[in-house]
Amino acid sequence: MSVAPRPVRDNDAMDGARPLLELTGATVRFGADAALDDVSFQMFPGEVHSLMGENGAGKSTLIKAITGALALDAGTLTLDGRRVDFATPHDAQRAGISSVYQEIELLPNLSVAENIMLGRGPRSRGAVSQRLMRARAREILAELGLEIDPASTLGTHSVAVQQLVAIARAISTDVRVLVLDEPTSSLDLDEVAELFRIIRELRSSGVAILFVSHFLDQVYEICDRVTVLRDGKFVGEYVTQELLRIDLVHKMLGRKMSDYKERHRASVDEPEAPVFLSARGVDSAPGIANADVDLGEGEVVGVAGLLGSGRTALARALTGVSHLDSGIIRIEGSAVSLDSPRRAISLGVVYSSENRLAEGILGHLSVLENITLAVQAQRGVFRRMRPARQRELAQSWVEALAIRPADLDRPAGTLSGGNQQKVLLARLLALAPRVLVLDEPTRGIDVGAKVEIQNLVGELADNGLSVMFISAELEEVLRVGDRVAILREGRIVETVPSSDMTVDSLLALVASPDE
Amino acid sequence: MSATMTQARSMPADRPTSRVQTFMSRHGAMTPTFAAVVILVLLLVGAEAFLRGDFITARTLSALLLDNAYLLVLAVGLTFVILTGGIDLSVGSVMAFTGILGAQLVASGVPVGIAIPAMLAGGSAVGLLIGVLVQRFDVQPFIASLAGLFLARGLAFVVSLASIRVEQPEILWLQQNRIRLGEWYVTPTGILALAVVAGAAVVLHLTQFGRTVYAIGGNEQSARLMGLSVARTKVSVYVISGFCGGLAGLLLTAYSGAGYPRNGIGTELDAIAAVVIGGTLLTGGRGYVLGSLIGVLVFGTIKTIISFMGAEQSWMQIIVGALLLLFIVVQRAIVARSVRRR
Repeated sequence: MSVAPRPVRDNDAMDGARPLLELTGATVRFGADAALDDVSFQMFPGEVHSLMGENGAGKSTLIKAITGALALDAGTLTLDGRRVDFATPHDAQRAGISSVYQEIELLPNLSVAENIMLGRGPRSRGAVSQRLMRARAREILAELGLEIDPASTLGTHSVAVQQLVAIARAISTDVRVLVLDEPTSSLDLDEVAELFRIIRELRSSGVAILFVSHFLDQVYEICDRVTVLRDGKFVGEYVTQELLRIDLVHKMLGRKMSDYKERHRASVDEPEAPVFLSARGVDSAPGIANADVDLGEGEVVGVAGLLGSGRTALARALTGVSHLDSGIIRIEGSAVSLDSPRRAISLGVVYSSENRLAEGILGHLSVLENITLAVQAQRGVFRRMRPARQRELAQSWVEALAIRPADLDRPAGTLSGGNQQKVLLARLLALAPRVLVLDEPTRGIDVGAKVEIQNLVGELADNGLSVMFISAELEEVLRVGDRVAILREGRIVETVPSSDMTVDSLLALVASPDE
Repeated sequence: MSATMTQARSMPADRPTSRVQTFMSRHGAMTPTFAAVVILVLLLVGAEAFLRGDFITARTLSALLLDNAYLLVLAVGLTFVILTGGIDLSVGSVMAFTGILGAQLVASGVPVGIAIPAMLAGGSAVGLLIGVLVQRFDVQPFIASLAGLFLARGLAFVVSLASIRVEQPEILWLQQNRIRLGEWYVTPTGILALAVVAGAAVVLHLTQFGRTVYAIGGNEQSARLMGLSVARTKVSVYVISGFCGGLAGLLLTAYSGAGYPRNGIGTELDAIAAVVIGGTLLTGGRGYVLGSLIGVLVFGTIKTIISFMGAEQSWMQIIVGALLLLFIVVQRAIVARSVRRR
């Protein structure tokens, strides 16, 4: 569903009109590297503008530069034709540039009203008045068509509601430029629709909105224009509706998109590969009930399902992370009890969490340590690997997975998302596993790294590994998986060969409640 | 506050909710403080029943406030610090330092009108030092205030190694003057301590500064992005805590009639315990200064009960330890629930 093509700017704004916000020749350096190199960027009132680029293209640096979180090393920022220099985000806010980040930057312990009004609240005789703040907050929420109790504590609401409150705060001042950085990554479809309704309203009232998202569908649905960055440089500015998706991706990647290598798939008449892991009647509350799965040797089983369908619960039940209420898991035919991740690892079953930062990468430790950690843990304290051996092991994985930068001593937290994911994979692969359970391994990473990881999964399977590949992107599940297990409301409703499916038919199965 | 006023015309929350849910989503943070009130009442009623009517008397209850006035003032100062997610270990030493400083000053003939402000300034200065270490040099509050603890204790011994008696009537008046109402009485020290509680409650709830204290405890980075003056507020809470340490030094000097450099060893831990029992989360952002008043009263009541029963004072520590444990579990449960709801 796309918005009818509309004139990008009003006619009178089109020619000779000056942009509301303009960045010219912007350069930001971190040490020797230029995170932003001579970039120009313009926003006009009443438009939704998208900023696209791979991870490391300079998107967040640009956002920081216009919201006052970072100073320019060269170049100028003008607002309404006047040059501005923001020392702090607060200065930028006062000038009318507000931002809402992916991680909600609000105060969970205070009321919704205070979160909207604090720092600029109405006072009565010098005192902060809860009553006036609530009244004003209620008005602002009503303007957005939101029914949220302003007196309630923010932390008691869902992430989506908190995000809407963050937007309410952003627009409660005279906002002229609103920056939304990955605002939809934790929202479901209805919530995204609600957000888009609000974005359209703000656009029609003349606010310039910078919408940054890696969901191409959403960019095409809501954005008027798009600016593409690559490696810190300006690539171009385009009218969204005139730019084909494939072209957009090319511009972001700066090369022909390396195609996903087609894997040889087992056809129906070939003898099936022996089953390595089989699960029968697996119950693990909350999330998954009565699940049957088989993972063949050298097979990739894709898992498709909506958020909350039990994708993660299934992965955790199979890898000893969560407790089984009932059901039986067999490895090579013999029943095993996977009562802890440690036990699962010793049986060759490893898990990579969907939550890369909280349950995976140890950001302050080096790439070397991140890779060798699990192997060392498996060996135990008394069989410590020699440093040279560790280095050798880590180096071989960095090369095998093309981790960039290939610097073993760099803190893993400073790598891009895609490379962090590869470090995690290296950690798991160093354990010489037989079953790899990957929960959203490509979430939030750039297109290039995504394809690399997909290819890697294929290669691993070709080498005899069993892989369970969970992803919210149906296309990816179909491409990577030999078979696809479809989850709905905590149950595996069907497991089908992916060669029989298209994205549309898979979508129908994932979504339809009954057929 | 004005919650009951707005309740009647409140809008529905984002999903249909019962009255209880609405109340919990607004005032859920008060649960640990309510629990403290319940425990206080249970203690009082229990002691009354056990001691057959000798406990809840005007005399004991009046003495409760009198005996714990200095602890109450320390707890109020600490509440500010703990609400920002920090900690101040120096308050016991600061109280000893300012106490002995004041006693020395008046003993050497400095007028009370100068000695008292000097005590308050001395406490605030230690607080300022800790605040600057925490804010400007990014030192862990635990370490910064530990440095403050040693510094203040050392300074106390520099002032005097021995106890110094205080005979100035202006200071003793704080303790000895009793405003009576029948059997009930209150001393100026008690009034001062209650005024500090009231003042702190007003500051925390009705001023931009106070809301910033809560905001920092909620998420310091967010508070900064909201344009709140985080740096100034963070330094200020330690200055307030130091100031309260100085005031507690004055109250303790009046109470004991002397300054003594070994006073208040471990009192910072009593004050922290009182704040936590009163329902303030050690991670910051949630809690009430009135809760700290309750916490101090719980603390004082246990102490009184034990001396009534003639039991060993070590039982005091065991009971307080058990209560703390209970409260930390209650708080964990509350935090866990609010995380689950998201």
